[in-house]
Amino acid sequence: MGRYVIRRLLQMVPVFLGTTLLIFVMVYALGDPVAAMFGDRAPDPATAAMIRHQLYLDHPLWQQYLHYMGNIFQGDFGTAFDGQPVTQLMGSAFPVTLRLTLVAFAIEGLFGIGLGLFAGLRRGRLADTGVLGFTLLMISIPVFVIGYLLQYFVAVKWQLANPAVADGAPFGDLILPGVVLAGVSLAYVARLTRTSVAENSRADYIRTAVAKGMPRRRVTTIHLLRNSLIPVVTYLGTDIGNLMAGAIVTERIFNVKGVGFQLYQGILRQNPPTVVGFVTILVLIFLLANLLVDLLYAVLDPRIRYA
Amino acid sequence: MRGPARPKWAVCVVAVVLAATACGGGGRVGGPNAVVRASWGDPQHPLEPANTNEVQGGKVLDMVFRGLKKYDPRTGAAQNWIADSITSPDQQNFTVKVKPGWKFSNGEPVTAHSFVDAWNYGALVTNKQLNSSFFSYIDGYQQVHPGTGNPTAKTMSGLAVKDDRTFTVRLSQKFSTWPDTLGYSAFYPLPRAFFTDHAGWLKKPVGDGPYEIDSYTRGTVMKLRRWDGYTGADKAKNGGVDLQVYTDSNTAYTDLQAGNLDLVDDIPTTQLRNVRKDLGARYINQPAGIIQTIAFPMYQPRWSGGDTQKVRQGISMAIDRASITSRIFRGTRTPATDWTSPVLGPHGGFKAGLCGAVCAYNPAEAKKLIQEGGGLPGGQMKIGYNADTGSHKVWVDAVCNSINNALGNDKACVGAPVGTFADFRNQITGKSETQPFRAGWQMDYPLIQDFLQPLYYTDGSSNDSHWSNTEFDRLVDRANAESDRARAVSEFQDAERILAQQVPAIPLWYQNGNAGYSANLTNVALNQFSVPVYNDITVS
Repeated sequence: MGRYVIRRLLQMVPVFLGTTLLIFVMVYALGDPVAAMFGDRAPDPATAAMIRHQLYLDHPLWQQYLHYMGNIFQGDFGTAFDGQPVTQLMGSAFPVTLRLTLVAFAIEGLFGIGLGLFAGLRRGRLADTGVLGFTLLMISIPVFVIGYLLQYFVAVKWQLANPAVADGAPFGDLILPGVVLAGVSLAYVARLTRTSVAENSRADYIRTAVAKGMPRRRVTTIHLLRNSLIPVVTYLGTDIGNLMAGAIVTERIFNVKGVGFQLYQGILRQNPPTVVGFVTILVLIFLLANLLVDLLYAVLDPRIRYA
Repeated sequence: MRGPARPKWAVCVVAVVLAATACGGGGRVGGPNAVVRASWGDPQHPLEPANTNEVQGGKVLDMVFRGLKKYDPRTGAAQNWIADSITSPDQQNFTVKVKPGWKFSNGEPVTAHSFVDAWNYGALVTNKQLNSSFFSYIDGYQQVHPGTGNPTAKTMSGLAVKDDRTFTVRLSQKFSTWPDTLGYSAFYPLPRAFFTDHAGWLKKPVGDGPYEIDSYTRGTVMKLRRWDGYTGADKAKNGGVDLQVYTDSNTAYTDLQAGNLDLVDDIPTTQLRNVRKDLGARYINQPAGIIQTIAFPMYQPRWSGGDTQKVRQGISMAIDRASITSRIFRGTRTPATDWTSPVLGPHGGFKAGLCGAVCAYNPAEAKKLIQEGGGLPGGQMKIGYNADTGSHKVWVDAVCNSINNALGNDKACVGAPVGTFADFRNQITGKSETQPFRAGWQMDYPLIQDFLQPLYYTDGSSNDSHWSNTEFDRLVDRANAESDRARAVSEFQDAERILAQQVPAIPLWYQNGNAGYSANLTNVALNQFSVPVYNDITVS
């Protein structure tokens, strides 16, 4: 187990180097950001040259990358377009997005698994069809449509919540964006759980458990649900990364100043340190979440062993 | 569908409970100390006067600073503010006298040094200030800001302090309306703290205006409070302004509707249809000093040689400005008939109809002129624009459609989107544009000179067309040397008439400023730069 974890952690090093290089090259390929700083005015060549020199843009790409990586290992992620250190941006953005992710994840897990179990146990009946219809709806409507609609009706029309998230992102404000962010994943989780539960409910061990007179509640939660959750956990694990990185649309609609917002700004202003820094951290989160999922398999299904 | 109702309903219940606790403190109180909550965007550069060239940072500077001149929010006339007098015997050497009694909010007096030091800082190339070109008219600029290499001086020889209240300026050329440019933010004075503790100052800028910065959380909110020590005539009539950063103007608009925000100064295009219904009289739509044009790459022989001015005139005539401004922009733009802006007023140099027939929609004549000029170069034209901000696609497509209809050819004109603004600007400044492209100009100060010289003078700082015309240059030079204001304006208009013949850029429309506000605000107005006049707003 321990050796397995160490091996997985070591595998992250080349992935880390590869992604930073790829992202760096891609942002670099967008072009020279200095001209845009001057707005509609032609850049003054002397000032532009000074700024390029300051940003290390007057060196070839490979030197810029080495310079950037060298700084990262000293804990310096560079500065954003407005002169703020990227580490500071991360310090303010990641906690906010993490809170949003937690809210969305809780909604997704709770209601997704709940709905799936509900539908799976009533397979083929009206309730099942209803859940399937609802999830189909959630999957097919684009996030921004759900976002603007909920924002308008819940926050403006009925005044039940704030349309924008206040400073510091209090959990109360995050429920609405959390629902929007969780929407699509919730539908997938519900469908996965439903299928899995419906299949397993006809398995031999369930019939045995029922036959030996076990209470129905115990059969469902301990035997049925636990065994049905393996594919769901895989999905949920990879979805943490998706939720953190994929919140750009939701964060924009609800004015959440999280990771998505900073990434968007970084891309718009062609600021490699911001984009590379944030994406690198996101990649690490993806990798760690995957590792966690693999380890969770062993907990859910004792037959799985890692060496 | 009982299942789906459950989670949403549960969320609503939780939301009610939380909303009750969060907004329970509610009941906003008005009065002279109440704070205005206004929408804002993150400034793109550190907040230094000579380094701020966009409107969001400019908003803050205009609240925190006052300069030698101030532009009247309604008429745009440049009035002496900190300046007691600015005099010149020859339109080239100026003597500036500073009024006594002005202070920065840290107690330091505003003297002649505050201005001269600030301007020298702004001009010095090693300080990397984006607006340094504003000082280029001052003698000695070449030494502190050479085109290449290191500066040979730290200060401009054209600036000299006579005593605490007087300094003199020597320009490198005659420029009679130069004093009127001094209301621009690049010319604001700076306290000693700016130079001694630069990093600290940037975290919390200190100025001499009606507001001081209480706290600044980057990317989130800036809280400005009325500075009670301010002695100027335009004291703040509210307790302060909280500038809240919104990443999407739609959200800001929604927050205004929900009562969480008092003032929005950027109405999203998608809401223009509803805004009158939603806000009624609390919607402001008034001219601002912004003009949108389509510029031609005059450095490309196919667009500049021979009879091509007929092609350019024809393209201009093929554009149905009236329909596009009313259908797409819903009256937030006005068809342009000259190259300036209505905010200048007739005395300032705006002349409706100066463009004449060239800016009037006339598809038959347009087709004829384009054919006489040899047709569109290569048989097709493209209009370049950046696709990342400003939703330009909609109107570019409409303009192309209008041209196509006039020429009876579906493929005569197409839009050519460029991914990012940065890339778009790189193509333009690198002279690699081969086709016409969109160009916008927001005035720095309300002078006709600012609409002509930077854009069309040979090697002007924003001459994106790289158009050059000796007669135009000569008229601008003569107008700048003219001491009489009315004569100067009429000479600038003579220069503008050359634009009407040559059409290096097609004027499209004048852009309005838009804002909406909540019912508890009164006295809300936009100035000519489409920025709210925050210090006049009262909260009830």
